[in-house]
Amino acid sequence: MIPELGHFALIVALCVALVQGVLSLAGAHLRRPSWIAVARPAAKAQAVLIVTAFVCLSTAFVQNDFSVLYVTQHSNSLLPLQYRLAAVWGGHEGSLLLWVLMLALWTLAVAVFSKQLPEAMVARVLGVLGLVAAGFLLFILLTSNPFERLLPGAEDGSDLNPLLQDPGLIIHPPMLYMGYVGFSVAYAFAVSALLSGQLDAAWARWSRPWTTAAWCFLTLGIALGSGWAYYTLGWGGWWFWDPVENASFMPWLVGTALLHSLAVTEKRGSFKNWTVLLAIAAFSLSLLGTFLVRSGVLTSVHAFATDPKRGIFILLFLVVVIGTSLALFAWRAPKVGLGGRFGLLSRESLLLTNNVLLVVACASVLLGTLYPMVIDALGAGKLSVGPPYFNSVFAPLMIPALFLMGVAPFARWKQASVAELARTLRWAFLAAATVGVIAPFFFGTWKPLVALSLLLVAWIVLATLLNFVGRVQATRAGGSFVGAAIKQPRSFFAMHVAHLGIAVFVVGVTMVNGYQAEKDVKMEVGDSVTVGGYTLRFNGVHTQQGPNYMAVVGDLDLLKDDRLLRAMNPEKRNYVSSGSPMTEASIDTGLFRDVYVSLGEPIDKARPEDAWAVRVYYKPFVDWIWGGCVLMAFGGLLAITDRRYRRHAAPVEVAALAQKA
Amino acid sequence: MNRFLWPLIGFVVLVVLLAIGLRLDPHDVPSPLVGKQAPMFSLEKVGAPAQNFSPQEMRGKVWLLNVWSTWCVSCRQEHPVLVEMAKNKALTLVGLNYKEVRGDGAFDMDKIAPDAERELALKRAQAWLKTHGDPYTLSALDLDGRVGIDYGVYGVPETYVIDKAGLIRFKQTGPITPDVFSGKILPLVAELSK
Amino acid sequence: MTRRILASLILVLALLAGAALAKEAAPLAPDEATEQRLIAISSELRCLVCQNESLAGSNAELAYDLRREIREMIKDGKSDAEIRDFLVRRYGDFVLYRPPLKGVTLALWFGPALLLLGGLAGLILYLRRRDKVVKDVPLSVGEQREADRLLKIQGPQQ
Repeated sequence: MIPELGHFALIVALCVALVQGVLSLAGAHLRRPSWIAVARPAAKAQAVLIVTAFVCLSTAFVQNDFSVLYVTQHSNSLLPLQYRLAAVWGGHEGSLLLWVLMLALWTLAVAVFSKQLPEAMVARVLGVLGLVAAGFLLFILLTSNPFERLLPGAEDGSDLNPLLQDPGLIIHPPMLYMGYVGFSVAYAFAVSALLSGQLDAAWARWSRPWTTAAWCFLTLGIALGSGWAYYTLGWGGWWFWDPVENASFMPWLVGTALLHSLAVTEKRGSFKNWTVLLAIAAFSLSLLGTFLVRSGVLTSVHAFATDPKRGIFILLFLVVVIGTSLALFAWRAPKVGLGGRFGLLSRESLLLTNNVLLVVACASVLLGTLYPMVIDALGAGKLSVGPPYFNSVFAPLMIPALFLMGVAPFARWKQASVAELARTLRWAFLAAATVGVIAPFFFGTWKPLVALSLLLVAWIVLATLLNFVGRVQATRAGGSFVGAAIKQPRSFFAMHVAHLGIAVFVVGVTMVNGYQAEKDVKMEVGDSVTVGGYTLRFNGVHTQQGPNYMAVVGDLDLLKDDRLLRAMNPEKRNYVSSGSPMTEASIDTGLFRDVYVSLGEPIDKARPEDAWAVRVYYKPFVDWIWGGCVLMAFGGLLAITDRRYRRHAAPVEVAALAQKA
Repeated sequence: MNRFLWPLIGFVVLVVLLAIGLRLDPHDVPSPLVGKQAPMFSLEKVGAPAQNFSPQEMRGKVWLLNVWSTWCVSCRQEHPVLVEMAKNKALTLVGLNYKEVRGDGAFDMDKIAPDAERELALKRAQAWLKTHGDPYTLSALDLDGRVGIDYGVYGVPETYVIDKAGLIRFKQTGPITPDVFSGKILPLVAELSK
Repeated sequence: MTRRILASLILVLALLAGAALAKEAAPLAPDEATEQRLIAISSELRCLVCQNESLAGSNAELAYDLRREIREMIKDGKSDAEIRDFLVRRYGDFVLYRPPLKGVTLALWFGPALLLLGGLAGLILYLRRRDKVVKDVPLSVGEQREADRLLKIQGPQQ
């Protein structure tokens, strides 16, 4: 009964979404207030319906209802409750429902937090979101119904993939989808602006906090996925350039470009067309990612069970959503004004350069991801494009981008001067170069790439500090430094925190790539192995019964300078219902290094109590990779909470905008 | 020309490529050996131990080399098709028994001596052919899978069509279905036999 | 009771023996130099069985066999290029995670550089042309109106 209720809720939600889409857009176009008034209630009703459907599916999982096909495929009666809930989005159908749920929640948020916007604008935005939701609901109902019954029901389910039975996987997909789907709001704002023909600074202002919020979620979502791969896959890698990772990274790159471009559009009224195009592109890339993961056109680790019907549907959906908006863009863009004048070297032009770099980086990732398919489609053979390609192509593009990050905050709007920038920044650059050249000596071997990266890191940090101090000094007007510092707008902090996040991230990547150490050893009881100054002593193994698995647990001691730091217990699990093995690494996390141990196979299978193959890593600064991402997201959070977005804030910025006008 | 049309044009090209890509199988890896000389080997025959078989003996004939094993589930599924095929006297089907013992996860290879492995493999292969029917003119025993590597075997069963000059003309990865047999293999063999 | 004491005694002795035996663990592969080259080569090769893993990381049967072949080739003094060629002859370019530079991959390898140059050239052309076209009016009339309206909308909420 409950699954049928969920199914029914989805059908009604589809109808409501269609009404929301058609009536709101038509109402805004024909200026009919009564139609426009439908938008908000429809959005709310839709959220209620989809939450209902989602709760129904979750209930089926909690109650182990194995008469529901999807539950049977992705759960098992032995599965602990938290993983049964996470299993709701453990497969294609449920993860699509999660997509739709996120979309409904974003739509609801727009409906609730847009009181200060013109009604027609809100109606258009909600209308566009409604149509997007209708497409996805149709997709679920026609090709991927999670409520499909299995009659007669199964005795038990076939279990959730053990790789997914992990706390990280409980929050990673919702975060990632919040990001993906969040770009739909930026997209809806862009399309509404194109529809209305009012592409202006106000539009940029409204759209900016939404875009930033989506970007924060996407940043955290990607970081969580990467962290999860690091500790579950057993060999300590954190990014593999798998097509599915690329599918999430491309919207991030374009989204980052969009954030910067929106800043210019809001502040200076320039790049409006470009900004709109980026907003369309960010969401289009999210949709393209969905297509790539779910259609089976690429070989990927995370690919869902594929069905050609689904591929065709999403492709058609892409054609409608992206095709219509790009056609709309081609129609409206020529009439849009160019905005304020600025010099060849100015804050505007530097931000535009940053945009070019990010978009080229995204295009390169897209090229590498799709290339095997394109070559195959052209009948020119089969090939693979893997990490070596992406690493060699991506890194060179990031070097100028990192360099510009130091400069751009100093460049004045409208017109900057090379001489002035050079004068302000020359000492910072010299100091950064010194750090870059000297720092690698402290970690052992001097490596040119490490030196270059650390130079850029020092450059960003110093430039950020200099910029911060300079701005505070300029505004302090005789008052105390700290007093003036905390009075700076949050958006100013936001920029610097996010930029420092990048610097922290780069430190992590550089140090791990440059100085990680690895040992593969055969350990008998009492044996020890030393890596990166840390010693691990093997005391044997014992077996342990988990809720739905049997584990062999290694007993190791971690020592530094003969002092016992802690016990480490890597596991080798065997899941009962699927029979699949899993490696659980044991990690000693530290601010400046991780020690990572994973258990291989027993040397002699007949005598597993004797000796084991053990893999040990020393990974300097690895947690900075995710720390950097958290800082970036925190920067985004600061930007959203800037006072000009708070409804009761002083209209200082608005006045400034009007003043400019 | 409206330059704002370029994004749309780019997108249309992308969609066309994606639509073509949808009809392709990314997992299917065509063999670079097609059109090349079939790699040489000399391996013991399953049916007549102590005698060796070499592809050289097949010069002047069109023949099929089918890679199989008793532990391979898809081979069991394919086998009736092969037995049916063998009724057609125009076809010469040679089997390559691939890693009979060490490919089967059930054995701990450190505990099995090379001689014992050979004995075991012969026994298993012969018994299996007896119960399920023997479609092969002969089968060669590739104990360690080295010949398999030379042929680029990566998923048993695999089948190669080899022409009179010893060139590989076609490779089927995965089981031969009746469709593949009547649609591809049979016409190809007929043409090559002319 | 005595048996238990005896058992604990044996345990203690065993532990002592264990401590006495404590030694540096032996590397899994006897020949570390070969192993390192093996990892370097095979991590840039794709495993054909589970196609999302490198040959270095895969646990598939075939991956073990191929690693064994590569090890032997290293011992025979083959170069990295010869080893890769060995695999490409059998499985095609599909096994290479780093696609070789040839006709069909020109766009792949030079695409990003061309995009960057094109992007930067486009940017400079755009900025130049824009500089000529735009008059020094920061916001258009429409935008001015919009900004005013925004001010009006937000104003009363104070």
